[in-house]
Amino acid sequence: MKFIKFLLTGILFGIVMTKSEAVSWFRIQEMFRFESFHMYGIIGTAVILGAIFVALIKRAKGKTITGEPIKFNPKNMSIPRYLIGGSIFGLGWAMTGACPGPMFTLLGHGVWAILLVILSSVLGTYFYGAVRSKLPH
Amino acid sequence: MSPIVDFISQPWHWAVSGAMISLVMVLLLWFGGEFGVSSNLRTMCAIGGAGNKYDFFKINWKNQIWNLVFIGGAVIGGFIATQFFASPEPVQISESTSAYLETIGINTPQTMAEGTGYVPEEIFGLDRMFSISNLLFLIVGGFLIGFGTRWAGGCTSGHAISGLSNLQLPSLIAVIGFFIGGLIMTWLILPQLLSSINPIP
Repeated sequence: MKFIKFLLTGILFGIVMTKSEAVSWFRIQEMFRFESFHMYGIIGTAVILGAIFVALIKRAKGKTITGEPIKFNPKNMSIPRYLIGGSIFGLGWAMTGACPGPMFTLLGHGVWAILLVILSSVLGTYFYGAVRSKLPH
Repeated sequence: MSPIVDFISQPWHWAVSGAMISLVMVLLLWFGGEFGVSSNLRTMCAIGGAGNKYDFFKINWKNQIWNLVFIGGAVIGGFIATQFFASPEPVQISESTSAYLETIGINTPQTMAEGTGYVPEEIFGLDRMFSISNLLFLIVGGFLIGFGTRWAGGCTSGHAISGLSNLQLPSLIAVIGFFIGGLIMTWLILPQLLSSINPIP
């Protein structure tokens, strides 16, 4: 039963991804071609409101539903890891028009070809685990 | 149809969409999770036994089940949104984008008969998907997503939303990386790739 709240939040997320059109391959092309404000508006609003919420949670020492303090884990500093890793992800994002959240949402749309993208993304993650020690972090 | 369903069924304004995404992030934090989708790919490797081979996958994946349930919900949400709250029109892309896409062999649906405008038939259509070039396109695209997000330690949700909301400089660097890769693909590689996959008659 403790997973129901995550299932419902996921359902909300899938609906938001669809109705916002962030799952649209065309919207991602439009974004990377700077021909519409739509995606920038979505991400910008989410970040500004998100930053306000995070600051409020920190100030109020917010707790989870089970009473534990909400933790924010700072990320370790590195340039190559985020810049190169991020660029590789960006290549795939612009190709398939889907980042990981929309990948799963599109499966619910009945876009069966996305299953292939999901499977090979698992494979890509596995390959990262295999070569991890040889990469700069 | 009820007025409420009609209201939800229109495409959402970007400000509403952005606010709803930040709500999802806050809900996950409140429930003791966090907003980051790509870590599920690592969990899937761990469940498949990858931890026997590589330490990176030696994680207690049972602690991550909530996140798998979350993306399972995202699949259901995608289903519900397209079945019950489908937009009356295809996604309205700017004219300059659709004119450009035409030149590289991608048709932007203008009517619902042509498609909903979420994904192009030329890439994702089941009748084309099994050609070698389309198979390779989808496999390479997915591989880059899985490899890149794990190296960068997050994707759009983990870095662009969660990380930037927490004012993390590493996340800003990652987002700059997302755009470097995205711009190179969109402007330099995709035009070549797509016009070779979809030769214009």
